[in-house]
Amino acid sequence: MPKSLFEKVWDAHTVRTLANGQTQLLIGTHLIHEVTSPQAFGMLRDLKLKVAMPHRTFATVDHIIPTDQLVEPYRDPLAQAMMDELRKSCREFGITFFDRATGKQGIVHIVGPEQGITQPGTTIACGDSHTSTHGAFGAIAFGIGTTQIRDVLATQTMALGKLKVRRINVTGRLRPGVYAKDVILHIIRVLGVNGGTGFAYEYGGEVFDRMTMEERMTVCNMSIEGGARAGYVNPDDTTCAYLKGRPYSPTGAAWDAAVARWKSFASDPGCRFDDVVNIAAADIAPTVTWGINPGQGISITESIPDPAKATEVDEKASIEEALAYMKLKPGAPIKGTKIDVAFIGSCTNGRLSDFQEVARYVKGRKVAAGVKAIAVPGSQIVALQCEKLGLDKILAEAGFEWRAAGCSMCLAMNPDKLIGDQLCASSSNRNFKGRQGSPTGRTLLMSPLMVAAAAVTGSVADAREVFAVSQSN
Amino acid sequence: MALAKITSVTGRGVCVPGNDIDTDRIIPARFMKCVTFDGLGQYLFHDVRNDPATGKPTGHPLDDPRFKGATVLLSGANFGCGSSREHAPQAIQKYGFKAVIAENFAEIFFGNCVTLGMPCATASRADIAKIAAAIERDPATEIVLDVDRQEIRFGGQTVPAEVRAAARDALINGRWDAIGELLDGMEAMKTTAAKLPYLAV
Repeated sequence: MPKSLFEKVWDAHTVRTLANGQTQLLIGTHLIHEVTSPQAFGMLRDLKLKVAMPHRTFATVDHIIPTDQLVEPYRDPLAQAMMDELRKSCREFGITFFDRATGKQGIVHIVGPEQGITQPGTTIACGDSHTSTHGAFGAIAFGIGTTQIRDVLATQTMALGKLKVRRINVTGRLRPGVYAKDVILHIIRVLGVNGGTGFAYEYGGEVFDRMTMEERMTVCNMSIEGGARAGYVNPDDTTCAYLKGRPYSPTGAAWDAAVARWKSFASDPGCRFDDVVNIAAADIAPTVTWGINPGQGISITESIPDPAKATEVDEKASIEEALAYMKLKPGAPIKGTKIDVAFIGSCTNGRLSDFQEVARYVKGRKVAAGVKAIAVPGSQIVALQCEKLGLDKILAEAGFEWRAAGCSMCLAMNPDKLIGDQLCASSSNRNFKGRQGSPTGRTLLMSPLMVAAAAVTGSVADAREVFAVSQSN
Repeated sequence: MALAKITSVTGRGVCVPGNDIDTDRIIPARFMKCVTFDGLGQYLFHDVRNDPATGKPTGHPLDDPRFKGATVLLSGANFGCGSSREHAPQAIQKYGFKAVIAENFAEIFFGNCVTLGMPCATASRADIAKIAAAIERDPATEIVLDVDRQEIRFGGQTVPAEVRAAARDALINGRWDAIGELLDGMEAMKTTAAKLPYLAV
């Protein structure tokens, strides 16, 4: 019987069925970071257990790392304590740690792929909900809590119920100025922030066939924002080309065997999906969020929703709550909304191609007066790649602060934070209340180029107009 | 590793209304700079309980003296969406809650709660409203979340509740923390691993 990639990977990693009906699933790759693992190591020590597969466990530091301070000790003693704790645990249990000194440090979801650790047909877990990113390679990747991190550390397995699979086809071609970020914001807008609960999303169709790996990662990254615990794209030549020559990729004869094996995991023609959704690429426009969850998005040409026009009680209440927090006017165009901060970075959009695209258009332009603009590479390697191409200089000349690698302003665990009710045009993944560090701070999610357009004009703008974008992606 | 068999949870309730209450709201990220979960309870819902400008209490249900000591948390749809941070259920549990009842839950949050032995039950909006009204009338109302029978009893009324099958089984049979069972499967794990070339040392 034809099977989906999800089923094939699930079956290959099934250890056994547990008493409550869940599956004991083998986790081939365990990625850890400083925020959610210290407590798990503590539990491990309490139970006098060892790490089952230290060679399949990889650590990096990202959430708490200051992007403007390279020398330790960090100004924040709590951040330093978390850093020290991770170093200690990695030493004690023999885990590879991509610390800053290695030159390979970065956001965990950028490091895995760039090292070639993330591979098709594998299972990956990490104590971070954006672990779905790794699905771009045709891996099944889950965000997990700390107790499950303990489980994976101790047994290289976890208890999990099987997910259903929803195939999402995006057909046709994206219009110029429309990016992977717009695709996923559109999907979440259409299916809702909890529409994916109980599902893994399989993304496919011409748009995904044509996407680069970095674009696929942007989409898979935000699967969880649509409620789907995992999201993936079937492996193809693009996937293999990306992985060739990476530090953890197989070489020689093993490479050929791996490629054949990887491709065999792709969903079989005619396999059954629990649900299928079709989206026309032509319907997707540059998208901006106006509310307090990632599903509250509109195209740049639309107006902010008016609760008075809501057809359901729930919808009315959620629009009212969002607008009260966002201090935005119902019915007003989103275009022209004044911004205070522009942030380009994060595990969603902190890769080389994101900075290349922005640099290509902001070259010779200036960030508007009064706007604080920061560009934060997702890893030390991304930083180096950008610097070799002189992108850091182009961005700096335009008025962006070029920072060191980390999660930065995506979340409030390092010094990069909004102040008061600042409004931020952000290439990150969450616009929850207080997400960017100030309890009243406001986040508008959008693609990196839309952030750049907002930065240079000082307000939410249509990047296609600001930069005269005409070439098709 | 003998775990408690959680067949039901009994206690007073408090309702925190709203849909899509995310993990950043449950525990703002800045309070996650810690290497243990101890002490997280005090930061539960911090930024909605305190006015960011003045630092003064906002009159959040959790701070309403009538609901002090509540152990059953009630809320709306898509509760716990967002991050995988276990800090969120840990903060809820350490604050003193023993169960959460909502219209539905975000996936990762749900699993994290069960692993901590804190049942998450879904009930219809109308039934949650009935419970909330009963608590409002009399905050001393005792709520019984019967995990085994999948029902909620309060003030002489009974409404249906759902606890997903695998979670229900794990809770009522005292195997909500999977570690013991997972360790029992180590030999089987090695057999599975041996068939996967990428796991070779």
